[in-house]
Amino acid sequence: MIRILVLAAMGCVLLLPATAAQAQQQEGGEAIRGTIVQRPEEGDPVPVPGVDIAVTTGDGEDVGTVTTAEDGSYALELPGPGDYSATLVAETLPEDVQLTDPDRATLEFTIRPGQSRPLLYPLGEAESVGGRFAAFMSRALQLAVEGIKFGLIIAMTAVGLSLIFGTTGLVNFAHGELVTFGAIAAWIINVTFGVHFFLAAILAMGVGALAGGLLDRGLWAPLRRRGTGLIAMLVISIGLSILLRYSFLYFFGGRTRPYGQYAVQRAIEIGPIGIAPKDIIAIVLSLLVLVGVGLILQRTKIGKAMRAVADNRDLAESSGINVERVILFVWAFGAALATLGGVMLGLGEQVSWQMGFQLLLLMFAGVTLGGLGTAYGALLGSIVVGLFIQMSTLVISPELKNVGALLVLIFILLVRPQGILGQAERVG
Amino acid sequence: MNWEFILGRSLSSAIGSDAAVFALAAIGLNLHFGYTGLLNFGQVAFMALGAYGLSVTVATLGLSLWWGIPIGLALSVTLALLLGLPTLRLRADYLAIVTIAASEIVRFVARSVSMRGVTGGSFGLSGFADEFYAVNPIPGGSYGFGVVQFSARALWVIAVAWGLVAIISLMVYVLMHSPWGRVLRSIREDEDAARSLGKNVYSYKMQSLVLGGLFGTIGGFMYAISQQSVQPDTYSTPVTFYCYAIIILGGTARVLGPVLGSMIFWGLLSFTDTALRQAVGAGYIPTAIMDGTQVGQSRFVLLGLGLMLLMIFRPQGILGDRREIALDAH
Repeated sequence: MIRILVLAAMGCVLLLPATAAQAQQQEGGEAIRGTIVQRPEEGDPVPVPGVDIAVTTGDGEDVGTVTTAEDGSYALELPGPGDYSATLVAETLPEDVQLTDPDRATLEFTIRPGQSRPLLYPLGEAESVGGRFAAFMSRALQLAVEGIKFGLIIAMTAVGLSLIFGTTGLVNFAHGELVTFGAIAAWIINVTFGVHFFLAAILAMGVGALAGGLLDRGLWAPLRRRGTGLIAMLVISIGLSILLRYSFLYFFGGRTRPYGQYAVQRAIEIGPIGIAPKDIIAIVLSLLVLVGVGLILQRTKIGKAMRAVADNRDLAESSGINVERVILFVWAFGAALATLGGVMLGLGEQVSWQMGFQLLLLMFAGVTLGGLGTAYGALLGSIVVGLFIQMSTLVISPELKNVGALLVLIFILLVRPQGILGQAERVG
Repeated sequence: MNWEFILGRSLSSAIGSDAAVFALAAIGLNLHFGYTGLLNFGQVAFMALGAYGLSVTVATLGLSLWWGIPIGLALSVTLALLLGLPTLRLRADYLAIVTIAASEIVRFVARSVSMRGVTGGSFGLSGFADEFYAVNPIPGGSYGFGVVQFSARALWVIAVAWGLVAIISLMVYVLMHSPWGRVLRSIREDEDAARSLGKNVYSYKMQSLVLGGLFGTIGGFMYAISQQSVQPDTYSTPVTFYCYAIIILGGTARVLGPVLGSMIFWGLLSFTDTALRQAVGAGYIPTAIMDGTQVGQSRFVLLGLGLMLLMIFRPQGILGDRREIALDAH
């Protein structure tokens, strides 16, 4: 009802001749006035008639709505000086006209006594279909880059998980803690001992490899010798995961902490996407490392032995491969990669005591997607999972992005349980 | 160090409502893991569905508390079918990954902003169990002996929860001594042998998953009622791991294993907590080594260590029989 009255009043304002409006201004009346025009990239500005602008006071009280006339002009008297906010009603714009910045549909401004103020609404051309598509594409591209970065981190941690499963049959629930351990080790070397980040990361990989090897020699190898069952070992790995996770909390504390260098970096613009230099380095480095992993697996003797043991343990053993030594190497190798993944994750979102545990399910998703027990499957599956998680925020709320990934995991098991690269065999 | 207080607190925890709730969830898990050999790592999801089924029914839908029970049970059966359909035909570890994923999905969805109108988002829901306390037949006052004291409200929850534990334990006993129970065990021992005898292994596994899930859901009802509130992060994956610790401690594939395990688990947890707190407070442990917040963390360190040592050195637990735990992935 009020709105209708206000609109009626608006009509009166619009009917006022320009001279009368000027006279009013001289009398000291506060007002907004101006012309809404669209400025095409070439040619003269085009007035836009019939656009509503709703004005409220700073406290949110309705002042009125004004509609632009044939020549695109509008004017609205304000009750007095003070804070106001004006919203251009985007729905009343013609279809081929759009605000260049949709976030600036509402302007907040202060009116001094006697001031008559124009409102600036930059309008663009043909944003309607092509422009929105371009904006969507640039967002998709941005998310794709972030997804690849995240996927590479998952991939680096998942290779070890998959190889450990392949060679020993153990589903290692404590693999996330290897990631956290590496990130914390690098943090201690970097921040406590003041070693530069790059060197700290390399040293941490050594520490991680050592920890992985010790875990195998000290815990898993004796258990294998005793003939402990796989499910019992799985439960033991859960116990180890709880033990390590809360030890990290105990000694490292519940706060998240940044590394000494590269904690905050300004993003640089490359075409439509913004990316921090450290992320570019992380992506390039991950790619190099993963290519290196591929070369090790494909070309070196130990890499071939690792794949042979993962493929068929008994056959590998009977053809003279020292299986225990290969498994030891797999643990050290996997833990070093997990460390690097943890360092890169910590570089992006700081180091915390449960960062690895939060990654564990995504590793499982990547490994299952690619095919349990295969190294290349883990790589491929993890990148798909990372991409999927980031890209899904285009359509679903970001807080639910992991839900989408986990649902896909369940769906994959339904249609192709052996994963993308797994061999089609009876599993179960 | 006030030992009377420490032992009293431990005893209260051992017979308290939390111990009963975890006994219920662990009985369900025992059916999955102990008797059937199913690796369910999402038992907490069944508990969460019970708790949310009840609280959403009352606090959001405005229905009676008693409607929440069939709703929660129906949700639980639905989840079990959804989880079981794709995975029960596959190797055991696939079920493990899918169930743990499902339990996180339930939690993420319950705590999401878009669900705030239904589940209360990350704040959860509270004050929905008044109808349960309204039918409390125990007259007001405090009951107990020495330092072990319960209010009439607490005693009512405890009585109902342990009553349910007794009924369900009896049910499991009868089931496990029936032909149905023997088929479950034979599936655990050798799935192929059971299949070659003409048993529909898939269907038996599914029945076990559904039934054990229902027990977890009943535990979830009692958890929500005893706390008069639900919060999504209460129902995160460590809860499932506690259930595993409980059944392995008490004795896998034993009717009273989860019950005894839960009592000892909660008693020990409370004992280490109060004893360490008192030791820190009295200055026996310098605060440089351990302070108040680290006490809570250290007991989880001990929990992890305990779970590992138990599984390595006494996998049959306290009541267990080594022949009953020939668990292995085929």
